Amino acid sequence: MEKFRLMVVDDEVDFLETIVKRLQARGIDVTGVESGYQALEVLDQRSPDVIILDVKMPGMDGIETLREIKKKKPLTEVIMLTGHASVESGIQGMQLGAFDYVMKPIALDELLEKVRQAYEKKLLQEGQS
Amino acid sequence: MEEGQYKKLWWEIILATLGFSMIPLLILGIVNYQQFSSSYTARSMEDMKTMAENRAASIDFFFEERVSQLSSLANTHSLEMLKNEDYLHRIFNIIQSRSRSYLDLGVIDQGGNHLAYVGPYHDILKSVNYKNEEWFHQVMSTGVYISDVFLGFRKVPHFIIAVLVLEKNQSWILRATIDSDIIDNMVQAAWIGKHGDAFIINKNNILQTVPRFSGKLLEQPRTPDFAAATGTQVEMVGNGVDYLYATSLIKLKKWVLVVKEDPTEQLTPLLRARFIAALIALGGLLLIVGGAVLTTRAMMKELLRVERQKATSDEMLLQSHKMAALGKMAAGIAHEINNPLAVIREKAGWVKDLLKTEDISKSANFQEFAEAMDKIEHHINRAKTITHRLLGFARRLEPVAQRVNINGILEESVSFLEHEARYRNIDIRMDYAPDLPTVESDAAQLQQVFLNILNNAIDAIGKNGEINLRTNLISKTNTISVEIADNGPGIPKEALNKIFDPFFTTKEVGKGTGLGLSISFSIMEKLGGRIMVASEEGKGTTFTIYLPAT
Repeated sequence: MEKFRLMVVDDEVDFLETIVKRLQARGIDVTGVESGYQALEVLDQRSPDVIILDVKMPGMDGIETLREIKKKKPLTEVIMLTGHASVESGIQGMQLGAFDYVMKPIALDELLEKVRQAYEKKLLQEGQS
Repeated sequence: MEEGQYKKLWWEIILATLGFSMIPLLILGIVNYQQFSSSYTARSMEDMKTMAENRAASIDFFFEERVSQLSSLANTHSLEMLKNEDYLHRIFNIIQSRSRSYLDLGVIDQGGNHLAYVGPYHDILKSVNYKNEEWFHQVMSTGVYISDVFLGFRKVPHFIIAVLVLEKNQSWILRATIDSDIIDNMVQAAWIGKHGDAFIINKNNILQTVPRFSGKLLEQPRTPDFAAATGTQVEMVGNGVDYLYATSLIKLKKWVLVVKEDPTEQLTPLLRARFIAALIALGGLLLIVGGAVLTTRAMMKELLRVERQKATSDEMLLQSHKMAALGKMAAGIAHEINNPLAVIREKAGWVKDLLKTEDISKSANFQEFAEAMDKIEHHINRAKTITHRLLGFARRLEPVAQRVNINGILEESVSFLEHEARYRNIDIRMDYAPDLPTVESDAAQLQQVFLNILNNAIDAIGKNGEINLRTNLISKTNTISVEIADNGPGIPKEALNKIFDPFFTTKEVGKGTGLGLSISFSIMEKLGGRIMVASEEGKGTTFTIYLPAT
């Protein structure tokens, strides 16, 4: 049983449902939401430690959502996820404080590894502050 | 621009240049020559006129002198004195000693009888009566008579001068025969040049002196009839060949002195001037033609170069636009495929998770399920590799300076063409220097260069062959070299220095633009590198690319 709370934000429902199911099967406390707006709501209710965030979404896109998240809960770590490897949005995300940037499709174990690293970083920063 | 249009423009420039430079030249030459010609002709005609006038005057003077000599002799002596032949002989000797032109001297009474005679024909002439002679009547009525030239008994051209003397109630005549040699000599002095002539004619157009070319004494000259001439004048007359004629009247005898000159001789300096002018004009013409051709050729060459340069840069621009569009499309496709791939992967992963937990593990087909899921994951990974490569390709189309790994780019370029090469049975061998440093360059453009050259190599080989790739760090110059060698047919020597020219292609029409190597060349220049080629017919071609290792 992992200690961190995870949230996955992706507009692709099939992807979202499946990844949430798989993560839950691994005993991870995970919430899945379909848009940036929902993500910001859940952020207030559940305050997840790590968020996996799709860059390209209708309405509020990943970069914008990231900005809002960092405004509300600066210590929350965000891993950007996209099917598009555009350098600018990657760099932009990193500049806005994302922990890392990964490209779809990615093996779940690799992704989990990144999540753990992000959580460790968060713990470190919380310890310092 | 089309070949024909170039030709047309070439002619237009040449003709315009020639027209504008030759017309003034010709006008200048013609006007100059005309001016010179008219003034020179006027001067030489004036010279002839003066000469003819002077000659005629001196002949007149000669006649006057003879006449006055005779008349003073006659008037200072009485008939009685001169009738004495001995005395007359003495006088003849005296005047003969002063002027050898006198041939004889006679005294004739008013009845026409010879009273005294001194000269070589004493016996014949002494008894002749002149009463019915034309000249006798003339002298009786006018007092002085000068005859035309005649041959007489002597068969020597001569003429006579007779003066009438009135003494008391009788009149007598003193008559002298004068050798016309002296006049001939005076006239001959006017024979100018090689073809010049001068002679005297009487009122009936009969020659009185021996001309040089124009006929025989006492005959009509072979020249136009100038017998009616009055003053002094110069004119150009002739049929076929023109001659300059100057005529002047000898007043005492109403003879006409004719001086004839060959204008080509008289005007030789003028003709030479004409020749020189023509020569200069011709020289100028050749110079202008040469100059026009040279400048036009230089101009056309420059025009062609600029046009080609423009075409190359146009083509490069088009190419980069094309590549940018291609990149966008590739990125879009990759993105769209990546999303469903991610879903498939998650679903497959979920099934695998379930396979682990449920009783299915005991089912007979469990092994089959597990294997199928592994295969699905494997092929998802395969598809992912392709989409990621597409994305990498798209990303590199944006011109950026980045640290690039030459070996990596080369390997990737090869991977694009591997399939084609395998299909044609071409073996691509790689020999990469492992310690190659990364360089600051544009990966996409480098890749374009590598792809161009590799493509050409594959096309050159056709089927069955090998391509050797070698990278090297030349530490001495701190340069990275990339060698791409094929064992194709090679490039003929005469084509070798043209292969980097735009639009030079050996591929069939429609297959190659002839711009690949030209673009590669300019890319390498832009990136601060170089591209070299070595080729041997029958052995193969090696392209070497040098890049500064920064």
